[in-house]
Amino acid sequence: MKYLLKDALVIDPLSGMERIADILVENGLIAAIEDGIDTGQNPVYDLNGKIVAPGFIDMHVHLREPGGEGNETILTGCQAAAAGGFTAVAAMPNTNPCTDNEAVVELIKKRSADVALAEVLPIGTISKKQQGEEISEIGSMYRNGIVAVSDDGKPLINSEVMRRALEYTKLFGIPVISHCEDTNLTAGGEMHEGYWSTILGLKGIPAQGEEVMVARDILLSGMTGGSLHLAHLSTKGSIELLKYALKQGIKVTAEVTPHHLLLTDEELKDYDTSTKVNPPLRSPDHVQAVRKAVIEGIVTCIATDHAPWSIEEKEQEFSKAPNGISGLETAIAVCWDTLVIKEGMEPKDLIARFTTGPAAALGLKRGFIAVGAVADLTVIDPKLIREVDTKRFYSKGKNSPYKGRKLQGWPVMTIVRGEIVMQDGKVKGAQ
Amino acid sequence: MGLKTKDLLTMDQLSKEEIELILHTAKEMKNILKRDIKKVPTLRGKTVVTLFYEPSTRTRTSFELAGKYMSADVVNISTTTSSVVKGETLQDTGMTLQMMGTDLFIIRHGMSGAPKLLAQTVKAGVINGGDGFHEHPTQALLDMMSIRDKLGDDFKGMKVAIIGDILHSRVARSNVHGLTKMGAEVWTCAPPTLMPAGIEKTGARVTYDINEALHKAQVVMMLRVQLERQKAGLFPTLREYNNLYGLNTKRLSKAAPGALVLHPGPINRGVEISSEVADGIQSVINEQVTCGVAVRMALLYLMLGQKGEQQ
Repeated sequence: MKYLLKDALVIDPLSGMERIADILVENGLIAAIEDGIDTGQNPVYDLNGKIVAPGFIDMHVHLREPGGEGNETILTGCQAAAAGGFTAVAAMPNTNPCTDNEAVVELIKKRSADVALAEVLPIGTISKKQQGEEISEIGSMYRNGIVAVSDDGKPLINSEVMRRALEYTKLFGIPVISHCEDTNLTAGGEMHEGYWSTILGLKGIPAQGEEVMVARDILLSGMTGGSLHLAHLSTKGSIELLKYALKQGIKVTAEVTPHHLLLTDEELKDYDTSTKVNPPLRSPDHVQAVRKAVIEGIVTCIATDHAPWSIEEKEQEFSKAPNGISGLETAIAVCWDTLVIKEGMEPKDLIARFTTGPAAALGLKRGFIAVGAVADLTVIDPKLIREVDTKRFYSKGKNSPYKGRKLQGWPVMTIVRGEIVMQDGKVKGAQ
Repeated sequence: MGLKTKDLLTMDQLSKEEIELILHTAKEMKNILKRDIKKVPTLRGKTVVTLFYEPSTRTRTSFELAGKYMSADVVNISTTTSSVVKGETLQDTGMTLQMMGTDLFIIRHGMSGAPKLLAQTVKAGVINGGDGFHEHPTQALLDMMSIRDKLGDDFKGMKVAIIGDILHSRVARSNVHGLTKMGAEVWTCAPPTLMPAGIEKTGARVTYDINEALHKAQVVMMLRVQLERQKAGLFPTLREYNNLYGLNTKRLSKAAPGALVLHPGPINRGVEISSEVADGIQSVINEQVTCGVAVRMALLYLMLGQKGEQQ
């Protein structure tokens, strides 16, 4: 199979390439990047005015399978990824049974290969059964393809276990992804602690509930030399601690979610459960701080923390509803609109946060465009303005706080190993 | 003239004019309560359902009696004897009751925002009878009525001290919104562990010192403190709480002469308030209960009676 992507603005953060060119895709690989390629009878896609970027990587998603298929499956999650412009997603291990052994890793690999849309990169648990006591068989899971370990969702409270995990993972060169939360400080919390939690009468979650653990994990990473990746940072203090760590040369990377870049705690004022997320939406000063850190490249990754929930799960009393936002299908538009259109961030830098950033954090050889490389590509229409319509979501989770919001800059084509899996919002093989 | 919205969920939503209207109407309703035959036909053919997910004596009974005095049909549903125990959702319960002809719901719920969820689901009106730590608007209205009865109609510049567990109090939030809107100088007073973040941005003054709160206050509103807060480590013992924040005769003398003492009930005698004060001459705790019926009659009238006349 051979086809041509014509006249696109090709942006590759790794090489620094940023020019209009044609890309020839052949047998799943990038065969040529040149001006005025003639492919004869082969299909040509005119991408004038569009941007071709390396395939976007979302290093933090919840696919729910096995165990939570009412909320999402590997199929629907991968369809959502393709629709959202992602060619690879790293799946968090809080499935049921949880991904704490090679059998579940195998299952996820096998089922996602059958789906053949976005590539699924499994993440294993740090501790057996995510109980925070003994470390999992990380080696066996690594042999079967995990890219990182994390007890995401069940924060690791025992500092000794965290220390050992950071040490042990040095064997394999994979990072420990930490969901930083002191669950004593955040117990029962429903939203960011501040003016709005007082007005709404909801139990507050202080910024320090995150920051004390960020500080701990940075210190332990410095002590052990293990690679640490900080998941979904949401506060000013966390950014300051990250800066300190980077200055010390500690091996730490971090991600911020699209929702923490755009939304503030005021969004909760109507008790819309799609705004209930952990870490919670913060006050404007925190939003500004994480936004600045992403723009300046202190934070090198944007990840969705895609957490799909069925309508039955989310449409109940605010206190009963689970945390999470279905984020795969809006991530690019939210970030493009917020950061490129409104904040004037360079498109190349934003693309890096979705490509070279996560690839480096996970130690993966992907996220770049080069002749001979696998053709994983994301095509963005930077001028397209569209309203978020959750009815069009491929994800089973319609829990989006962006419903009805007009955003500019949408993915229009997703290419995985040379295969066009999404075009103009339509995912290949989906109803 | 009536309320601007189909529901009464918060004091925050009400304008000064709406508060005036409710209090004015409540005053007329109180006259009905003084009659020998306490019944008017105003709401004949209207159905009111009280849907209580939390226990209550005062609020539920006063809504029920308010409805009955005005000839509405009132049905009480307590969740322990309803389909809720079978796992029915709030929305489904609401829809079911609506399809039986409910015109107005009164809901009390332990979770903040639940009345809003019900209001979004049903076409009928919804009155919030207290939700989580969020709001309890009819309590604030009856408190305001009780104050007016004794001190006159003008709240402007009146010092009101709200003392106790502000953090977990929906009564405090509704009163802060309502009273500051009417021009009162509202002080909130609690130990730092029971003071919510950013409360000063609501317009309330903040102090940890009960003497500062009481100083020349014309109204002292005491809040119930619950033993479970002590268990959560927010203060060491009820004894120490009483020592630091309990209202007794000696402390009350710091307030303005003749200052009113209010309490939303049920009271913990000897914890946040001494029996001497609760039963004393300055206490309007019993009057509050009567005002509660009058205010609720006014709301039923404004939300049901007038609508009926217009149609």
